Amino acid sequence: MTTQQGERQDGAAQTTDVLQAEHISKSYGAVTALIDVNMRLARGEVLGLLGDNGAGKSTLIKILCGFQPPTSGRILLNGQDVTLRSVDHARSLGIDCVYQDLALVNQLSVYHNMFLNREKVRWPLLSNRTMKRLARQYLDEMGVNIPSVEADVAQLSGGQRQAIAVARAVYSNAKILLLDEPLAAMGAKEAAIILDQVRELKEKGDVSVIIIAHNYGQALEICDRINLLQHGEITFDKPAAETSVEELNDIVIAEYRRALAERQRQVGEARGTGNGKATA
Amino acid sequence: MSETAQRAPGVAGGGPAETPGAAGALEGLRRAGRFLVKQREATVFLVVVLLIIYFGVINSTGRSVFFTHAALVNLSVIAAPIMIIAYGEVLLLICGEIDLSVGFIYVFAPYVMFYFVQYYHVPGILGIILAILVVGGGVGWLNGFLTVTMRLPSFITTLGTGFVLSGLVLTLSHGEQAPIPPVLDNLGKWFGSSANFSMISWAVILLVVFHVLLRNTRWGLHTIAVGGNALGAREAGVNVPRIKYGNFMLTGLLGAFTGITIAFQTNVIDTFSGGAAYQPMFYSVAAAVIGGTAMLGGSGTIIGAFLGGAVLALLTNGFEVIGISAYPLQIYFGGAILIAMIANVQFARLRGEGKVR
Repeated sequence: MTTQQGERQDGAAQTTDVLQAEHISKSYGAVTALIDVNMRLARGEVLGLLGDNGAGKSTLIKILCGFQPPTSGRILLNGQDVTLRSVDHARSLGIDCVYQDLALVNQLSVYHNMFLNREKVRWPLLSNRTMKRLARQYLDEMGVNIPSVEADVAQLSGGQRQAIAVARAVYSNAKILLLDEPLAAMGAKEAAIILDQVRELKEKGDVSVIIIAHNYGQALEICDRINLLQHGEITFDKPAAETSVEELNDIVIAEYRRALAERQRQVGEARGTGNGKATA
Repeated sequence: MSETAQRAPGVAGGGPAETPGAAGALEGLRRAGRFLVKQREATVFLVVVLLIIYFGVINSTGRSVFFTHAALVNLSVIAAPIMIIAYGEVLLLICGEIDLSVGFIYVFAPYVMFYFVQYYHVPGILGIILAILVVGGGVGWLNGFLTVTMRLPSFITTLGTGFVLSGLVLTLSHGEQAPIPPVLDNLGKWFGSSANFSMISWAVILLVVFHVLLRNTRWGLHTIAVGGNALGAREAGVNVPRIKYGNFMLTGLLGAFTGITIAFQTNVIDTFSGGAAYQPMFYSVAAAVIGGTAMLGGSGTIIGAFLGGAVLALLTNGFEVIGISAYPLQIYFGGAILIAMIANVQFARLRGEGKVR
């Protein structure tokens, strides 16, 4: 299996890295989710983070956006060592996130969700009119079809909900966007809207994106570079142009086969000893 | 999705038709029906109107006394404490918690006021404010600490702190009633001592304040977000512990304030009767829920709590006025609450399933 740790391949890349994760590990009690993850994100780059379910992708994203601290390791932002104290803190440093669960509140309207925790306020009151207008404007700009920004998000389809969560992050003026499966519940058209958004950000050049995806084709289409996370480790790091859906598939399937064989061997051993006891 | 677009104006303002003519009248009636189903508070408001009509207009004994000054003052004095405490319970229920200790805060606060003013000669108004802050804010903070930081369910937390408080007040007072300290006499009228509408005025002022707090401030928005999706709110960066601590403290402050107004109103500080603590607590939670606040969090309104308080006060007072004997009173009372709730839940179900357009 190809194992390339993508740390400092050349001096130039290092200086333009906006975000670096070094030796990040995360355990929840006895469960280890991440083991010594090293990752870097260059300015204006779109990095695809791929990997199976349970590989630790969301855990990594939640560390990078300040939702939870790593067990060990450090994060460098523009070369500076930072400790992300909270989501708010990370946001103030220009990092924003679309969570896999979208972090939408069903009981609130579309525009309140879009501005949740960054409300437009004319103290002490909410500027609902401003928020409604901006929400409408952003969604129209993105080409998302939502009849009323005053509707509760509970009434919307999965794709619409996802579009709202993406719009919320895209229009936050963040310099680093972390998108955890932004395409999961999307139809073809809605997926195209999101992919166009990412492309547009890429053209502007000063926003860097980490995007988690399951569809390798989409990932290769949109990303500059691909990282593969397996069992809590980054096992693959290549420019998107130098890899293919086939290669990625082969790696993942080979790993699956290896793990399966391993498990069967363990089960076989366990059964063997069990039988031994039974006969004895 | 076009339904949502059509629904939005109905939610915003709604109301009967602008179509003229005979067909318009029918359409207006249908719209009124839809409005009633859609607007959470409208059903409770209807119940309030029906109760007033029943007790004040239809019932022959009620007709003669219901609208007299004395009867209305009496009604408002029953209603106001339920309403004021219910505003706090609404905020707590919306963010997924409950406060059962508020009734004991209500009993404890006036005694602490007495203690400060009588024994430590704290000047009048300061004694009142201090008692509200120390008892309401303090116990509210403790409830928040135990619930949020120590991770106890708030049902248990507040039951525990409530019992502790009731024991504390009995111990401090030796189970004796305390008088209102004479230096406070001239302040009493602001809190409801004389037979006027000062208590219900407080209830109305606080109705506006808390309605705006819930509907038009970040605090209210975040309270709904915390109750609707706690994880999502946290992911969006909402400070969930702060919201919960804050709402426990607000509820405590309202409970302490109400307890002091009631002490002035009855002109005695009641330290002993258990019912004095249970009643405001049960009634205020009931008022919040009758007013359409979800016990599981995420939704509720202050206006609903106001109307829910009115329903409970009308029932209590109305049955008294028409002279139902004391023994079966609770049967009617409980039955009426259940009927109001059935109407609420069924209308909410219709709303939720979108059957009514």
